[in-house]
Amino acid sequence: MNRSAFTRRMIVASLASAATIPMMQSAFAQAGANAPVTIGFITTLSTPAGYIGEDIRAGFQLALTDGKLGGVPVILAVEDDALKPANAKQAADRLIQSGVKLFTGVNFSNVLAAVVPGVLESGGYYVSLNPGPSSFAGERCHRNYFVASYQNDAFHEAAGLSANRLGYKRVALLAPNYQAGRDALEGFKRTFKGEIVGEIYTKLDQTDFSVELARVRSLAPEAIYQFHPGGAGINFAKQYANAGLGKSIPMLIPAFSMDAHMVGATGDAADGIYASALWTPEATNPASKAFVDAFRKAYSRTPTMYAQQAYDTANLIGSALKAVNGDIGKQDEFRKALLAAQFTAVRGKFSFGPNQHPVQDYYLTKFEKRPSGEIVQTIVRKIAEDYGDAYAAQCKLN
Amino acid sequence: MTSRLRLVVIAGGLILLLAAPILAQLTGSAGLLGLANRIAIYAIAAVSLDLILGYGALVSFGHAMFFGLGGYAVGIVAFHTAAGEPLFGWSGSNAALIVWPLALVACALLAAIVGALSLKTSGVQFIMITLAFAQMVFFVLVSLQSYGGDDGLLLDRRNTLPFIDLSRPTTFYYVCVAMLIGWTAFCSRIVNSRFGLVLQALRQSERRSINLGVDPFPFRLAAFVISAVGTGLAGVLWANYARFVSPDMAVWSKSGEFIAIVVLGGLGTLLGPIAGAAVFIALEQLLSIWTEHWMIVMGPILTLVALFGRRGLAGRLFGERNG
Amino acid sequence: MILFVEQALNGLQYGSMLFLLASGLTLIFGIMGVINLTHGAFYMVGAYCAAFAVLSTGSFLVGIAAALIGAGLYAVLVEVAVVQWLYRRDHLYQVLATLGLILFTNEAVSMIFGRRPPLMDIPSFLQGSVPLLPGLDYPLMRVAFIVTGALVAIGLWLLVNHTRVGMLIRAGADDREMVDALGVDIRRLYTLVFGLGGALCGLAGVMAAPLLAIEIGMGERVLITTFVVIVVGGVGSVRGALVGALLVGMVDSLGRAYIPQLLLLSLPATTADTLGAGLVSASIYLLMAIVLLVRPNGLLPARG
Repeated sequence: MNRSAFTRRMIVASLASAATIPMMQSAFAQAGANAPVTIGFITTLSTPAGYIGEDIRAGFQLALTDGKLGGVPVILAVEDDALKPANAKQAADRLIQSGVKLFTGVNFSNVLAAVVPGVLESGGYYVSLNPGPSSFAGERCHRNYFVASYQNDAFHEAAGLSANRLGYKRVALLAPNYQAGRDALEGFKRTFKGEIVGEIYTKLDQTDFSVELARVRSLAPEAIYQFHPGGAGINFAKQYANAGLGKSIPMLIPAFSMDAHMVGATGDAADGIYASALWTPEATNPASKAFVDAFRKAYSRTPTMYAQQAYDTANLIGSALKAVNGDIGKQDEFRKALLAAQFTAVRGKFSFGPNQHPVQDYYLTKFEKRPSGEIVQTIVRKIAEDYGDAYAAQCKLN
Repeated sequence: MTSRLRLVVIAGGLILLLAAPILAQLTGSAGLLGLANRIAIYAIAAVSLDLILGYGALVSFGHAMFFGLGGYAVGIVAFHTAAGEPLFGWSGSNAALIVWPLALVACALLAAIVGALSLKTSGVQFIMITLAFAQMVFFVLVSLQSYGGDDGLLLDRRNTLPFIDLSRPTTFYYVCVAMLIGWTAFCSRIVNSRFGLVLQALRQSERRSINLGVDPFPFRLAAFVISAVGTGLAGVLWANYARFVSPDMAVWSKSGEFIAIVVLGGLGTLLGPIAGAAVFIALEQLLSIWTEHWMIVMGPILTLVALFGRRGLAGRLFGERNG
Repeated sequence: MILFVEQALNGLQYGSMLFLLASGLTLIFGIMGVINLTHGAFYMVGAYCAAFAVLSTGSFLVGIAAALIGAGLYAVLVEVAVVQWLYRRDHLYQVLATLGLILFTNEAVSMIFGRRPPLMDIPSFLQGSVPLLPGLDYPLMRVAFIVTGALVAIGLWLLVNHTRVGMLIRAGADDREMVDALGVDIRRLYTLVFGLGGALCGLAGVMAAPLLAIEIGMGERVLITTFVVIVVGGVGSVRGALVGALLVGMVDSLGRAYIPQLLLLSLPATTADTLGAGLVSASIYLLMAIVLLVRPNGLLPARG
């Protein structure tokens, strides 16, 4: 790229992010219909976890037609948080100050925790397309805060139910030693009825699990439940298979411990793993098929669950924007429209519970190797129907 | 001639610092004030680090631990105050005049322990042992379950000062700038005092100084502690600025960032690191707006600075020593 | 007992991985006095080269060659382009320059190879486990890792003690100025040592790749541990690197295996849990701090 292009792009970009938004906001605020709505879209695009942000952005943009969502023109103000809560908070503050009222995009709980309070204090809306931490699901629920994905514990609780259903009596648990890891194991224990033979916490940033695998073998459980996101999840699955444990002790995981992207890097070691999930690319309902086809056509790859959730969230927001004709200043109507969730979700059934977190179906899925050599995530059975979360009762909304 | 130029540059920088909120208002870009505020806070940490890096030749690769501790001290007190749970029988406080000194004392204590142990080594071992202590602090912060673990801790509001409303962004910014100016003046007093001269003599020739009857240990330890307190102050201000603390504040690459800022600005110049902080943070911001692959540009810039910028950005202007 | 042997083997395997990384780093530091933070990046480059070579040819041996050559060449490039200008400079500038190179390498790799971690399977001849003791089947891949580490240790010992290059390396570690004075083409020696260090990282990368996710940032995760190894062992000495690697490998592995359980015997569950987790995470840093306080130059320093 030549130098003038470099400077031009830089100027355009900085203008777009800093200067033009307030002008647009003030110019169009009263205009109502047909004024573009700016959506603050803070997500992780750099770092190894950047693929999640890429898929989230891709899934969200797929729901846009001609830059419109629910017939209302929207502008996505995309900001990279580099997986740093402080960066995300700065980006959010910047957008809030320039008048943005509607936010989404964040893909990690700790980043969400830094962004949401500021957005809500400023009178804005936050619609989560991935994390749903327990801290905002109970007493601290908020009328402008919606989670369109899942409550964080739900996959783990569904996994506990799955283990009951599969008839496991003795299970060993493994998770990294930090908040999300501990929450995962708590969630599993909440619904699992059998005996926990061991809880093994791994180090943050650990890449080799030989020591923990040796312990698993010595504990001889009927199955294990493990939660390791990202690269650690790939490492764990590969080493589990290599240690010969994959054949003798089945592994159960929450969906985000093995997404479509990670399967590619795990290879045959993923064969035979069970996962609790909301949706898989193999789902057969028409909305899902249409989504997967469109995504593959647009980006020539299989969408992850993150892309699916972003797509659903975009359609949810679109349905509400349509209801108020793009005027999100009509607070009560916009909220009511979001809560009504009048859209066709790729995952199937979808509605909001009293704490504005989803009530939906969860599935037991299994990774299986097709004769073609491809590993696919097939649905074994529905494991929970119209399932909400454990925190809804503590939320005093409405 | 040079000294006049120097004055002009200092005055210019000062005016720029003081005028940042007005500029932000005029251009209507809300991000500018935040950017200036981050620069002011990082500059305090950079000036502090320069004290031991530039004048004492003690390469600490673990200064982020003090940045993290200062922030967490504010965060933890705020957490207990907000939740109404007494901390060791103390019901907590939101007053900056109580919380901030407390945080700085905590940093001084940690620095005294770490410094006393680390100063038994020198050279690459000193670099590595400070890194090791910082890593331990990092893992302790991650394992603080009740304070959010690796998710960090959100502060409901900023600390309070009598007569000054810190919750207003502009006011808070000027408080940070005042701290920066005050701290830099303090550091430059130190550098030019007998204490500072001994410190620099130790850097140039340890053996000669020892022969003259100077025991290097207390001088170096004192410098280490002062530098840690300054970095802790930056952490305190950061916690108040972002109203959020996380173990990320103490991560090893943050220590590297601080070093980069000091070297970028000019080692052993005190004022240089302020310019370094401004350039580093503004550059990071501009590049990351330009492309998500901003590190492909930032990385080589740091390397080039190390290769060619023997005296940093401001070395020629403010420098009394060679790189 | 069998379990203990298995955990000790795990420690040994981790140690041999650390040795592959640390031996090059310690030579680079010992001979040239350079703190090279880019070392972890060589390991990442090696793993990526191996993965893409295996993906396109299907041969693990080609993968090994690609990793050694790729990482070795990259190391030479780094030395020639950047590090050679920093030999006489303060450590500070070396830290800054190589920190910049880490950022550059990570971003360049992600732009060239993409953010998706490539898949590298365990080669068919290293799949499965071997019975080492009755009741102890150990994965062949990990056995191969230990053997590789041992071979490299022997090879480096021969190189350092029985060749002309080795003589120069020893002389360089003892007294840099003297080698300079000998009029030996010191520049070539430096580049050679850098390339060797890079190639050893590449070897570690290709051996680790079948067991790990090959991703951006994998180098930094091992970098700091590698520094701990060379500081514990004593900078500049290959023997020190070996001792340090084994010690750190064992402390980390056995710590993870036994500290939480030992604490549970004597403390209430929640305290033991929190304390155990903290101790496990910090164990190698504690080890380093203790070693440095007792022997500031490490266990087996090159210079007396």
